[in-house]
Amino acid sequence: MGVRVKLLLLLLSLPTSLPVLANSRFNMTPGVTDISRQVYDLHMTILLICVVIGILVFGAMFWAIIHHRKSKGAKAAQFHESTRVEILWTLIPFLILIAMAVPATRTLIAMEDPSQSDLTVQITGSQWKWHYRYFDQGVEFYSLLATLPQEINGSLSKAGNYLLEVDRPLVLPTDRKIRFLITSDDVIHSWWVPAFAVKKDAIPGFINEAWTRINTPGMYRGQCAELCGKDHAFMPIVVDAREPEQFAQWLAQTKTRQAEAKAAEQALAAMEMTRDELMSLGEQVYLRSCAACHQAGGEGLPGAFPALKGSELILQDRAAHIDVVLHGKAGTAMQNFDKQLALKELAAVITYERNAWGNDTGDLVQPGDIAAARQGQ
Amino acid sequence: MTQQDRTQTADGHLEVEHAHHGPAKGIGRWLFTTNHKDIGSMYLLFSLTMFLVGGSMAMVIRAELFQPGLQLVEPNFFNQMTTMHGLVMIFGAVMPAFVGLANWMVPMMIGAPDMALPRMNNWSFWILPFAFALMLSSLFMPGGGPNFGWTFYAPLSTHYSPDSTGLFVFSIHIMGISSIMGAMNVIVTIWNLRAPGMTWMKLPLFCWTWLITAFLLIAVMPVLAGVATMVLTDKYFGTSFFAAAGGGDPVMFQHIFWFFGHPEVYIMILPSFGIISAILPTFCRKPLFGYSSMVYATASIAGLSFLVWAHHMFTVGMPVAAELFFMYCTMLISVPTGVKVFNWVATMWRGSLSFEVPMLFALAFIILFTIGGFSGLMLAMTPADFQYHDTYFVVAHFHYVLVTGAIFSVMAAVYYWLPKWTGHMFNERLAKWHFWCSLVSVNVLFFPMHFLGLAGMPRRIPDYALQFADINVLVSIGGFAFGLSQLIFVVVLVKCIRGGEPATAAVWEGSHGLEWTLPSPAPYHTFTTPPEIK
Repeated sequence: MGVRVKLLLLLLSLPTSLPVLANSRFNMTPGVTDISRQVYDLHMTILLICVVIGILVFGAMFWAIIHHRKSKGAKAAQFHESTRVEILWTLIPFLILIAMAVPATRTLIAMEDPSQSDLTVQITGSQWKWHYRYFDQGVEFYSLLATLPQEINGSLSKAGNYLLEVDRPLVLPTDRKIRFLITSDDVIHSWWVPAFAVKKDAIPGFINEAWTRINTPGMYRGQCAELCGKDHAFMPIVVDAREPEQFAQWLAQTKTRQAEAKAAEQALAAMEMTRDELMSLGEQVYLRSCAACHQAGGEGLPGAFPALKGSELILQDRAAHIDVVLHGKAGTAMQNFDKQLALKELAAVITYERNAWGNDTGDLVQPGDIAAARQGQ
Repeated sequence: MTQQDRTQTADGHLEVEHAHHGPAKGIGRWLFTTNHKDIGSMYLLFSLTMFLVGGSMAMVIRAELFQPGLQLVEPNFFNQMTTMHGLVMIFGAVMPAFVGLANWMVPMMIGAPDMALPRMNNWSFWILPFAFALMLSSLFMPGGGPNFGWTFYAPLSTHYSPDSTGLFVFSIHIMGISSIMGAMNVIVTIWNLRAPGMTWMKLPLFCWTWLITAFLLIAVMPVLAGVATMVLTDKYFGTSFFAAAGGGDPVMFQHIFWFFGHPEVYIMILPSFGIISAILPTFCRKPLFGYSSMVYATASIAGLSFLVWAHHMFTVGMPVAAELFFMYCTMLISVPTGVKVFNWVATMWRGSLSFEVPMLFALAFIILFTIGGFSGLMLAMTPADFQYHDTYFVVAHFHYVLVTGAIFSVMAAVYYWLPKWTGHMFNERLAKWHFWCSLVSVNVLFFPMHFLGLAGMPRRIPDYALQFADINVLVSIGGFAFGLSQLIFVVVLVKCIRGGEPATAAVWEGSHGLEWTLPSPAPYHTFTTPPEIK
């Protein structure tokens, strides 16, 4: 008897010990926004209800298993119907559900109201990176995985934020309502930051809305949540939330820097690079931006991504080669790299593709050629 | 009077047949058979084979996920494994297992001599191996097999898919045709061939749940065929159903797919409810509690299944009103499902329980399926779903429902009826090993996945961040153990088919129903004269 009472007490204490899990890595994060806090509370409430119902139902089951067994001489009763009981256990769950639906509805309506925002950021997913653009600010950039390939294949040891680090995080202000406009350039991706309880699909040709208001400065990490092809696991999201003044400062600086870079880009058009410069920069760019599909040796993946090594298009049609890198190829995974890479990088990577792995065309593509191709010449 | 006539002619006709007809000899017996028992056996063996094939793919997945980093397979191959694992398990293991059980048991439970459409029955089985040969062979083509997830969301499955996608679409078509033929056969058989006196409300629950499942199949399989065809024409013939650039809509794919997909989920669980409702009363020695409410609950689950599809896609950006509608409908499903669980517990209450292997699996089903139901209820809450969606929490949820739900129920059914099929008792000790090893390992495998998902690990990734490392080790160990445990199952089956202690007609002390009035093993032709039900 004593053992049974102890067991019962242990079971009953289970629901009360659940909140202890709150901040562990075994549970959902309460996050850093009011909404994420509400979502967390909703999650804990429904979990608690499930645990209590579970204890009652499984408790009754185990009672029967222990006490109503044939080996203990139990004789079977023959009852098999009771309308009253049936109505009761239809109605009670129904009432519990209504009680749950009320807070869920309230939270949902709040989550889906992006009106009166202070700042709008357009988020565009593409295979396998995110692009951020601050509306009316002239600031935009790509955000790529910063983890080294050597860490992934195991030749270097893995650092703390393995797979959850990017070259340029999305910088956002705290205490401001930020509206996200989310879309995609190719397949469906999903932008998810658990600490904000924001997860919204990025759908090509359509724009989704979401919003957040961050309470605490800090670095928040998330990942793409919709299968988007080969490197779905390798397009993380990092948000750097700063106090509004620091954010304004960062935004102004970035704006100036990006304007300067654009001006410098124009000057580059006249520049002549040497073959060695082009080839070494080209290789870096290739490995970063092209090798995921076309492979480091240019052999591609037959049936999925075409080979560049020995490619007829590359060997025979220089203009078409430049065009496909700049503008992508509609209806395939080949992206438009014009806005992703600088003039110099484009020239280098095209030169590299035309001269690496036995593609010995011997010709160099200069930044000026790219600038000319851009203007449609 | 007509009933009487029919019975007599059937009698006279079959007596003549008996003199000439046993099973044919050689491979012809299996190729040309129209016998529901032979076809049922072939379905079950096919399902077991696919279960092992799909399981070995799961082993590849768990081996890669044993540690962070890429060790064994390339991401593209990993995606092919997750896709194929899903397709093979759903269309190759679970659904054919249920059709096999229906073939064997429905005629014997309703007192019919065979399925109503025996030649079509042969077809519906024999096109399946071809469908799977097509689909599995695509793994060896340049570019590999399907790598876009079993849900094949456009445009990943259209403009961005490997060259072999056409094979995938055709194999889906063939599987769909097979399912529709199987479903028609079940409906026609139950509707027309019930023994005299077997009124609708005397129909065994396994037949009821299968009847309802069959209607679901006929309703949604054409939808799957339609959406797969649209993928085919988008990819190869320049249409733009799902391409925004041509005026189409990628989200429409998801609406159509899940309009098939959600009823499909119930197709894979309703027959389980029937199985458990057959097994529990036998080993509780007590009639099923609330038979009629079980029938109504099954029907209302089936009806509701057409109104909840968009809960799979809360994050695609729907209007709030639509999100609320689908949230409420989804929550509502837990009411009839709850009724079923409560009825089972009430059936056990004050019974006289014994714990043979089918009962063990049935009890495990009730508890573990209910856990899957709980996580389903959590997933129904739209705001919380935004956090759970596409994480390991979802993976945990549907594996609780499908592995410890559907597959455990199939195992319970196999152990329950195996003596009737083979005429031998199985090795109880080995079978108990199979049960306990499966029970422990399946929970080590799937329970920690809840934590992974809540902590933020997305599904369908070959590599993950370091904070997920230790739980993934545990999950993989559980996975390997569960995989190995199924080899015990194979041994039990082989031993039981080859011999063993002879089984009595009733097999189990508390057994009830027409199938137990037949000798064990069930003769090649049974109920050539319909029994009279009082």
